[in-house]
Amino acid sequence: MSIDMKQFHAVFFEESQEHLDEMEQLLLELDVANPDSEMLNSIFRAAHSIKGGSGIFGFDALTSVTHIMESLLDKIRQGKMAITKDMVDLFLSSVDQLKEILRCYHTGEELNWSGVYEQTKKLELVTAGNASGVSAIKNDNQDGYGFFSAIEPEAEAESYGFFDEPVKSGSAQAAPLQDESFGFFDDLPATESASLSLSSPGQAIDDYFGFFEDPSSSVSTIHLPAVSSLAIDEPVSTTPIDLVQHLPSVEKSPAASSPKVKSSETVSVESSSIRVDVAKVDQLINLVGEIVITQSMMSLLGKSLEGAMAEKFQAVANELERNTREIQEAVMSIRMLPVSFVFNRFPRVVRDLSSKLGKQIDLIIEGGETELDKGLTEKLVDPLTHLVRNSIDHGIESADVRRERGKNPTGTVVLRAAQQGGNIVISISDDGGGLNRERILEKARENNIVVSENPKDEEVWQLIFAPGFSTAAAVTDVSGRGVGMDVVKRNVQSLGGRIDIESRAGQGATFTIHLPLTLAIVDGMCVSVGEQTFIIPLVHIVESMQPAAKDIKTLAGDDQLLHVRNEYWPILPLYKVMQLDPQFTDVNKGIAVLIETNKYRFALFVDGLVGQQQVVIKSLEQHYKRVQGIAGATIMGDGSVALIVDVESLALTVNNVLQLATAV
Amino acid sequence: MAADAQEFLTFTLGDEHYALDILTVKEIRGYESVTKIANAPPFIKGVINLRGDIVPIVDLRIKFNVGNVTYDEFTIVIVLHIRSRIVGIVVDGVSDVVSLDKEQLRPPPDFGVAFNSRYLLGLATVNEQMIILVDINELISSEELGLFDSPEATGTSA
Repeated sequence: MSIDMKQFHAVFFEESQEHLDEMEQLLLELDVANPDSEMLNSIFRAAHSIKGGSGIFGFDALTSVTHIMESLLDKIRQGKMAITKDMVDLFLSSVDQLKEILRCYHTGEELNWSGVYEQTKKLELVTAGNASGVSAIKNDNQDGYGFFSAIEPEAEAESYGFFDEPVKSGSAQAAPLQDESFGFFDDLPATESASLSLSSPGQAIDDYFGFFEDPSSSVSTIHLPAVSSLAIDEPVSTTPIDLVQHLPSVEKSPAASSPKVKSSETVSVESSSIRVDVAKVDQLINLVGEIVITQSMMSLLGKSLEGAMAEKFQAVANELERNTREIQEAVMSIRMLPVSFVFNRFPRVVRDLSSKLGKQIDLIIEGGETELDKGLTEKLVDPLTHLVRNSIDHGIESADVRRERGKNPTGTVVLRAAQQGGNIVISISDDGGGLNRERILEKARENNIVVSENPKDEEVWQLIFAPGFSTAAAVTDVSGRGVGMDVVKRNVQSLGGRIDIESRAGQGATFTIHLPLTLAIVDGMCVSVGEQTFIIPLVHIVESMQPAAKDIKTLAGDDQLLHVRNEYWPILPLYKVMQLDPQFTDVNKGIAVLIETNKYRFALFVDGLVGQQQVVIKSLEQHYKRVQGIAGATIMGDGSVALIVDVESLALTVNNVLQLATAV
Repeated sequence: MAADAQEFLTFTLGDEHYALDILTVKEIRGYESVTKIANAPPFIKGVINLRGDIVPIVDLRIKFNVGNVTYDEFTIVIVLHIRSRIVGIVVDGVSDVVSLDKEQLRPPPDFGVAFNSRYLLGLATVNEQMIILVDINELISSEELGLFDSPEATGTSA
């Protein structure tokens, strides 16, 4: 599983910039004689935030400076030290320094380490005005070096060689080194320096200084950024031992070199993102939807033009349609976030839970880059968490049981996301024991839930969504109380989606969530049934035809099958499902649209085809409610409303018998 | 719910005069062709396109069995804003907007009125005409009309 760190960096840079701006502003407003404690607190917090974030990402220069600033600010706000104008100046220059450092990290330029060191030294001297200052720093434990245990250490250009692989031995020993500004502000005891050389002595030092270099070289276990100040003056070709010897000299040299860092008048990193109110984005999306509709109305009108104008008009209309489609896609993508934003919390969940339950479980994540609307992303977290926990708690057996069953003692949970047509499909699969059909039926009987005579597996699995339903032998605090699954289903449905279950006893179960992409434009086939027009999403249509009478076979009752090229397709008359009066009741007089979904296929019988067009899906649930068989509505060129058919749920209404006979 | 002086829009269903809170009214239009929704109760006529929103249309005359259910050029649809949703109700006609305050309200009778009294705010007399004040919020969001999915509904799977 890989997480693209870049997106987190971007947010960090952006927020840090804001923090720095805030600090600067507050520092400028600060009344030295009578400093406002709230302002001091805010400045402190801003520095603290930057420190924390920079620690996580390994932006050590930031960490070192902000750490000292934070200590000094803390003293001041606690009243242990009085703030002076010189201190404010120092803080301001530190902020400038930080901005420059941030810029360098952002653009990938080399840092001016001597400047960094200079600044931190100044800050430290001021802080040490209070005798307890120095020791306090020493003991202070650096937080923020929380290595992402799940992150791939290689292949991130921005990792600057700071990401440690937790398993490598280097990290533990390197910790004291990282702790406080790389030992610069201590007396550089020999022990500290020694720890430098412990990690990966075999690797060329070159790698460690390549902050912004080729990712392949950034797999390092030593944090030696500080030492790279040597690189400014000397070529870095030394071995670890040499470095150790060089360290003491660093203390003395920076005093000589003047800070190369200029103040913030020089190039500032433009923030490449803007914070926008979600409501504004939504409004934009709505307006674009309206444009699409108006544009299609105009195209419709244009068709009735004649003469020379008609052709010119048509050309322009086509251009407009292209532009509109592009705007639509661009606007939709504003709200789209990769699904990994939701998925990235699960490695931790799986890890904690599996260790808590004493099971061994591997989590595999696929398709994290699949994009999903922001609103959906947030709402998916709860249902997904519940399903994952269920898989771990109830699905995957303990290592012993698995061995008995001849399975790999380590269970696997797969989280997968993919885009399918106008939908997002997210699935959670496990290779555990699967759902227990008998127990579910028994539980259903206990709860007086009506079940048909010999229910199909799909029907049985859906029973677990009943409120209060749980077949867990014991209720744990993880799950089993029976309040989860119905909430999951309701959450999914409220997003306009649905959830399917597949399970094989002893082999595992898969929960699949289908969600519509919001503001979808759907390419659809318009069909007529009686007076009404319906839209069938093109993606599911195999072909349409006017069947010959001889190809229509009737089964017992009213069910009919269509014979097409040696296959039988169950016929579903749309007028029956929609309770309308059709123009034709004989299939061979109307049109059969052959529809295929993942699992089912059937022939939808309609009066006729009206045409193919692109439609904007409008929600029925917004002002009304969910209707079985209908995915949404749209507004046609003439302003009337057409309903968009939900082929998946239509497929389920096809008679069971027919389904068995014609199963894909 | 009646504050000091509230304004009500009066409308007719059959022979009776009713009124509802004017603040819930979004607009008033004529009755145009409606797209039917399958498996809906007969009083839910279907949906219309209201400048981009898909809005359900309810015929109260059918639901409460009052008046003549006809659709002609005089048939009115009052489009309402109820709890962040938009719904249209078909009525026989609309008349004035009247201002009423608490003192003018009388308790609704338990019988003889089309609506269940829980949907009524009371009775008032304006110009010797008896007007039945409807709690339109209650009525439209009621389970009886079943216009909206109730939060506790455990829908059957698709």
